[in-house]
Amino acid sequence: MKFRRTAALAAAATITLSLTATACGSGSDSDKIRIGIKFDQPGVGLKTPDGKYTGFDVDVARYVAKELGYDEKDIEFKQAPSAERENMISRGDVKFVVASYSINDERKKKVSFAGPYLLAHQDLLVRSDDNSIKDAKDLNSKKLCSVTGSTSAQNVKNDFAPKADLQEFGGYSECLTGLENKAVDALTTDDDILAGYAAQKEHHGKFKLAGLKLSDENYGIGIKKGDTELQAKINKALEKMVADGSWEKAVKANFGPANYKNEPAPKVTEKS
Amino acid sequence: MFDFLDGYDLLGAFWVTVKLTLYSAAGSLIWGTILAGMRVSPVPVMRVFSTAYVNVVRNTPLTIVLLFTSLGLNQTMGVKLFGGSSDDVNFQLAVLGLTLYTATFVCESLRAGINTVPVGQAEAARALGLSFTQVLTLVVLPQAFRAVVAPLANVLIALTKNSTIAAAISVAEASALMKTMMENETDSITLVFAVFAFGFIVLTLPVGLLLGWVSKRVAVKR
Repeated sequence: MKFRRTAALAAAATITLSLTATACGSGSDSDKIRIGIKFDQPGVGLKTPDGKYTGFDVDVARYVAKELGYDEKDIEFKQAPSAERENMISRGDVKFVVASYSINDERKKKVSFAGPYLLAHQDLLVRSDDNSIKDAKDLNSKKLCSVTGSTSAQNVKNDFAPKADLQEFGGYSECLTGLENKAVDALTTDDDILAGYAAQKEHHGKFKLAGLKLSDENYGIGIKKGDTELQAKINKALEKMVADGSWEKAVKANFGPANYKNEPAPKVTEKS
Repeated sequence: MFDFLDGYDLLGAFWVTVKLTLYSAAGSLIWGTILAGMRVSPVPVMRVFSTAYVNVVRNTPLTIVLLFTSLGLNQTMGVKLFGGSSDDVNFQLAVLGLTLYTATFVCESLRAGINTVPVGQAEAARALGLSFTQVLTLVVLPQAFRAVVAPLANVLIALTKNSTIAAAISVAEASALMKTMMENETDSITLVFAVFAFGFIVLTLPVGLLLGWVSKRVAVKR
């Protein structure tokens, strides 16, 4: 009997505790912020083996978080794989997502965007001694490589070069191996991602961008659908980042070594 | 509700999965039987090779085995197998990788089956003057196969699902299409996933039931 009473007490205590915890939930938000980024794209969003985060998306995320009033040590980065981004935002796992996230209408059905903060194009990475690709038409006789199921791979199949021999591998690293030993002629995806790979130390001088602008990808910051207050704050932060030169500096630092000619910072268009 | 399936060749993708599974199953049955034969053979070199092969390959992640066939054999060493377009070559490489890997499990199942045949039978056959090959093919293996139909069904089901890894080396099978659909149909990811999970159940469940029934029919009554 005595045990029962203790158990009941314990249960009651747990309930009260959890209630207070939920009540506190909104309060604790102000000192911690969770941001979704890519963990596996050098130059864009990368978690290094020693637990640091580097890349352009990471720099943008840090700047925006700072402008929203968070300390750098209060940022908790979460991995946001492409297929998971919408779910992470709508579940509230992260405050916002900066993960090479192209703004499109399909995605706007589920989330809202702030930005854009970068205008990327689908492009090709070729061996640095290869000058045979000048036009999208040249691709039909080439061996291309991209990641299984990615938008870039589908664009090649459906639009740019239906006759090209397209290999779809599990990751960009496999494509780079193929490119290096001449099993494929070009690796295709957004130019900032390609520049990030080419700028890696072990790839210095081996690859270059072909410079074809095959598509326009406006990278935005994904936020909860309809959160216009956060959208306005992030947009302001992005405009400030461009104005004070940090944007330019981040682009140069992350993509510079790959002979990447960046577009000027895009105008913020995602307004409510 | 299922209008997100429009414009995708779902059956075609699953057909590639079926072909991949069947070719690899046939290959690994043959290679696995040879490996099992070597493991119980009287020649030490064969026993050592087979034991080493089985223990190395079955403990290597399948992704690495497949990437090795593609990046190592094909791209670096220029192995083209039966040739054809690069899609054909990738398919053949995937069959090769799956065969090399699955054969180890076939071998181990079969070795367990060989152990169910009483030693006295092999000794009796030997005493009658049959050679090792004859003992193995005429006396031991026919009974061993009957004993391992159910475990081999397990291996076949595992192989069906393992074939999805071939998407990593550019084979357009079911999971590659799933990745494409997940990229495009962001608002129905769970449904896409459910459709493909159901597709695999449709492939594997009948196989399990059928082979379970076969294993009862052919079991050696002792």
